[in-house]
Amino acid sequence: MAQAAVTGTEQYNYAVIRKFAVMALVWGVLGMSAGLYAALELAYPLLNMGIAEITFGRLRPVHTTLVIFGFGGSALFATSYYVVQRTCQARLYSDMLATFTFWGWQVAVALGVVSYMLGYTQSKEYAEFEWPIDLLITVVWVAYFWVYVQTLKRRSQPHIYVANWFYMSFILATAILHIFNNISVPVGLFTLKSYSMYSGVQDAMTQWWYGHNAVGFFLTAAFLGMMYYFVPKQAGRPVYSYRLSIVHFWALAFLYMWVGAHHLHWTALPDWTSTLAATFSIMLLLPSWGGMINGIMTLSGAWNKLRTDPIMLFMITSLSFYGMSTFEGPLMSLKSVNALSHYTDWTIGHVHSGALGWVAMISFGSFYHMIPRLYDTKLYSQRLVYVHFFLATIGIVLYITAMWVAGIGQGLLLRAFDDFGSLAYTFIETVSFLHKPYVVRALGGAFFVSGILVMAYNVAMTIRLGKREAAVIEAKLAAKLARA
Amino acid sequence: MKFKHESIEINAGLLIALTMVVISIGGLVEIVPLYYINDTVEQVDGVRPYTPLELRGRDIYQREGCYLCHSQMIRPFRDEMLRYGHYSLAAESQYDHPFQWGSKRTGPDLARVGKKYSNEWHVAHLTDPRAVVPESIMPGYPWLMEPLQYADVADRMRALKFTGVPYSETQQEYDANVAKFGQDAADKLNILRAERHLVQQAQAGNYDGDRSRLTEMDALVAYLQMLGTMVDFSKYDEGYFAEFR
Repeated sequence: MAQAAVTGTEQYNYAVIRKFAVMALVWGVLGMSAGLYAALELAYPLLNMGIAEITFGRLRPVHTTLVIFGFGGSALFATSYYVVQRTCQARLYSDMLATFTFWGWQVAVALGVVSYMLGYTQSKEYAEFEWPIDLLITVVWVAYFWVYVQTLKRRSQPHIYVANWFYMSFILATAILHIFNNISVPVGLFTLKSYSMYSGVQDAMTQWWYGHNAVGFFLTAAFLGMMYYFVPKQAGRPVYSYRLSIVHFWALAFLYMWVGAHHLHWTALPDWTSTLAATFSIMLLLPSWGGMINGIMTLSGAWNKLRTDPIMLFMITSLSFYGMSTFEGPLMSLKSVNALSHYTDWTIGHVHSGALGWVAMISFGSFYHMIPRLYDTKLYSQRLVYVHFFLATIGIVLYITAMWVAGIGQGLLLRAFDDFGSLAYTFIETVSFLHKPYVVRALGGAFFVSGILVMAYNVAMTIRLGKREAAVIEAKLAAKLARA
Repeated sequence: MKFKHESIEINAGLLIALTMVVISIGGLVEIVPLYYINDTVEQVDGVRPYTPLELRGRDIYQREGCYLCHSQMIRPFRDEMLRYGHYSLAAESQYDHPFQWGSKRTGPDLARVGKKYSNEWHVAHLTDPRAVVPESIMPGYPWLMEPLQYADVADRMRALKFTGVPYSETQQEYDANVAKFGQDAADKLNILRAERHLVQQAQAGNYDGDRSRLTEMDALVAYLQMLGTMVDFSKYDEGYFAEFR
């Protein structure tokens, strides 16, 4: 049985995955804490403390960049490298290039948040990186694409497993979006400042084509890739419907790219564009729910696992939030609903039901599955996974209900008229109304941050356990060899 | 020959090519026409590129992330028109690289905040918002009282000129600006005299209340006082703008 002794570490490149996984958690803790602090600043503005670097306007992109690109991005690199190797039964192409993607990505995220705090930003949401960092990201991304494709080519199976289609579409779409949205003219070679090549209405359309597809491909398609591998693995059952996965893959990839303009309803963008975007947003409900149903139904016949397996709880809850927020999204993209919801905290709540409920929860579940396997050991504590699950779920529910109250409430106050047909409330009166929901939102955030701290501890202990076990085996092996 | 999806599943190149086709269509259909359809941006008089001082103010507006809590896009609703004024035109942000329409109103819309408050009010409010609006949750920006750096303002204008903003460097470009925006505005759009005009405007406007110093506050308040004031809506019939929607 010499073959069996070959561990995953030699057959696959796990080293780079471990690095990405650990950094995902580091950025996650930092990014979610930054978000919590930003939330507290809105409830208690004194917390801005007159310090430029941490005022809300500079901290908000720090939060979004750390959680989307730091946490989400690193989690996607980690899981995609894991999934592509396992499903192709091939070692990752070029250790050197893979390691380069690790360092390149981490440096880009770190430089990004430091530059925002110093006041350098393109001021396009989720694309705030200034031009030199954009160039670095582009190089890293090309390397990532190359590693991925070359690994696919090494596969020992004729079929490319469905999870890889989703990861692949995410890599391709992100490349297109990143390049076209970030075309800008630097003020000089030795300054970070630049101006977008586009202006006004065209810039707005390009930005929200980017912005919504950052959600569509970075935060959805890629995490569906994660779902298509880790849910069946954890459930120990095949994907519910292969045919459904084909249909919803192509539909999702096609439809998402049309919907960005629903962020620009009733603005100076021409009506034809925003109407088209609203129409496609409604259609997008179908593939979204196709994916959700495919994930949840994978558990059919094994529902009892929900009682015994906290990792499964994370996965099924994440799919439920995915279903909920992909219903809420099309609803909010209707022009009449958007007239009220746009510019309010309802949007913030919607984003977080997707980002916390779907993206973070599926990542947590997948990590709990993957990390013990990366270190060839067992999870340190099942009970702490339960603790994390309940902290996270309570946190999300507090967060999104507070934002529904804040968003719908403020939307209604702003459009209220008195008996004489004048505005019933001044703007500042609606701001005062937001205080209580903002406190509850921060509380929800605190729950969620506590959850990821529990996870970080659990993972750190698991890694320690894995290293100890490996050391023991090595010592035994050395002793045996010495005796022989 | 019968098509089988399997042929895509076993061919990485085909999978990549088809995915590229499928994800390209939406963006092409929605974005490219915006550059070619003539009535995307309204034809109105008065909208001009920003003066050097306003431009530096706008840079500071971006630096501090103002757009994260303040929109600059008034929608055509009764409550918004009562609260903020005429709905925003695409023409009014045609020189905005990048656009500052925003996506969230934690504070009020600023598209037409120009000339609604005094310079003194803006300075007091930006330094300590709760000194003038007790319920405000906006951060204070006391560091705006630091001296304005404007040595590279000409470089900034050149970068914008490259994107298509009509700042002038040659006599010909200057003459074109005189014809389009009038002598007074054309002078301020002259890159070769940018620093001089910046100082002049700050002196004349006295935005931060102290002529002896040139601060970031001067630039930001100059920018805010200009917002939404370029188009004279009394010159246009309401139906005219509706044609462009």
